[in-house]
Amino acid sequence: MRLIPYPPGIIVGGEVNFDGKDLLKVSEEEIRHIRGNRIAMIFQEPTTSLNPVLTVSRQLSEALELHRGIDSKAATDEAAKLLKLVGIPDSERRINDYPHQFSGGMQQRIMIAMALSCNPALLIADEPTTSVDVTVQAQLLEVINNLRTQFGTAVIIITHNLGVVARYADSVNVMYAGRLMESGPTDVIYNDPKQPYTVGLIASVPRLDLPRQKNLSVIDGLPPNLARLPKTMCPFSPRCKLAVAKCKEQRPELEVVGKDHLAACFRSSEVGQLVEAR
Amino acid sequence: MATNDGVLVDVKELRMYFPVVAGVMRTKVADVKAVDNVSFSIKRGETLGLVGESGCGKTTTGRAILQLYKITTGEVLFEGADLTKMKGEQLRRMRRNMQLIFQDPYASLDPRMTAGDIVGEPLLVHNLAGGQNYREQVGELLRMVELEQRMAVRYPHEFSGGQRQRLGIARALAVRPKFIVCDEPVSALDVSIQAQIIKLLMRLKDEMNLTYLFIAHDLSVVRHISDRVAVMYLGKIMEITRSDEIYSNPLHPYTQALLSAVPIPSPQVDRQRKRILLTGDVPSPVNPPRGCHFHPRCHLATAACREQEPELKDVGGEHWVSCHR
Repeated sequence: MRLIPYPPGIIVGGEVNFDGKDLLKVSEEEIRHIRGNRIAMIFQEPTTSLNPVLTVSRQLSEALELHRGIDSKAATDEAAKLLKLVGIPDSERRINDYPHQFSGGMQQRIMIAMALSCNPALLIADEPTTSVDVTVQAQLLEVINNLRTQFGTAVIIITHNLGVVARYADSVNVMYAGRLMESGPTDVIYNDPKQPYTVGLIASVPRLDLPRQKNLSVIDGLPPNLARLPKTMCPFSPRCKLAVAKCKEQRPELEVVGKDHLAACFRSSEVGQLVEAR
Repeated sequence: MATNDGVLVDVKELRMYFPVVAGVMRTKVADVKAVDNVSFSIKRGETLGLVGESGCGKTTTGRAILQLYKITTGEVLFEGADLTKMKGEQLRRMRRNMQLIFQDPYASLDPRMTAGDIVGEPLLVHNLAGGQNYREQVGELLRMVELEQRMAVRYPHEFSGGQRQRLGIARALAVRPKFIVCDEPVSALDVSIQAQIIKLLMRLKDEMNLTYLFIAHDLSVVRHISDRVAVMYLGKIMEITRSDEIYSNPLHPYTQALLSAVPIPSPQVDRQRKRILLTGDVPSPVNPPRGCHFHPRCHLATAACREQEPELKDVGGEHWVSCHR
């Protein structure tokens, strides 16, 4: 979305193709028409992402007036409809309230309504449920999922919650230290992972449905400092149980390991042993 | 409930109300019933998990047990002695036996103290060590939580979140307590770090013969670490049972809904589960619903649930439920 301020952030290379256009090449003017309109984002913390001194109505209609060019009266009506859509009761009256008058879960619903206001083609949800209770999390994800099926919006959900991924995602990308480690359909990633980091991640979450184990398997060590990480090694190798000399000398690239399944690991064919050893 | 020997902490009909004051006269207009008639006991060497949504009173319960609040009514027996009747020096001496690990490893460490001073402060407060012995003990505490002794001179900002939580644990262990209240100790941490801290807490418990009250909102974590689990809702305990039973045989509709809200990190397993979606938010504890506190959100509620408050009943096998149905 080109939201990282420059300086200090620089996009040094690559392409971001959205609907046939490279978003990194389009003008600032053009990206402003895409951002919030065709691509929308839900941020992690609704409490700090909403403006505390503006009413919900004002914040919701801003994008509508800007991108859809409708007048403020129509935008307010539309905003009330949006609130209703995301399950806020008594929406016509509550639209004039300020963010602090809503609970955390309700604030996140407002964020969702705002993101959906221009009917985006792509919705990026950045840890949308990290700061809420599990029951509210379930409600919010249902809201996003229903809207996805209803309007055909593509959703990128950024999260560290492996349960949420298992329940809602069609395909998964696993990242570590700024690099894509593994990518594939959800069922494949969970049942037949080909990257030791993915295995470790899945194993380190206690499972409600399995008998309690005395010992949780643990990935030792800490994520690396990105500024000090040598470019010539696998970033996960210091914490990896399968690491060999080659992993410290050369960085593995993503390779095809199955249908729609990519993994960056020299020993991907042996990762199965790790899963069985558990 | 269990009156047999080996009970370390026995909480009886604990009530913790906070007054709501209003107007220029600051008159009391209502009570926030944060904890409302809660009873349970924790055996020596046991871990009791306490789960519930935010605002259900689980943290308040933990803090009330440690006498960090002046409780409204009820008793808290620690090795048979009622803490609520103790004052001053007597209570201060008892505090050596009970420690607290906090939720937020960023806010609970003084940024202007070194790691060594943070960990060692309880030793000085309780006159447990001095001089060379003090430095040795601090080093030993750091080693116990898998930090290096040379890190004692660093300040909290030089540590990662997981390492800070290790410092918080070392500080709690300094006075060799018998009982530790762990208040959401892993909620603020990443998945891989979370697993490390859980493993550390379980190892320390075995090595030092500790008893935990483990408070968290993450059911899978609580079930993993605890021997028994208590589910709280709006200041009341809805269900207490052994950890193995909580997933296989949850009896309270709230427990069932809470469990179904937790997605299982396995696509196949999760698809086959029955889903109960709770609607609405938790009601205000200032004015809780009449009858069963959960009835407005319960899919099984009947007239009896609206009128009469259910009591926590023994259904056998250390399983207690508070539900008419």
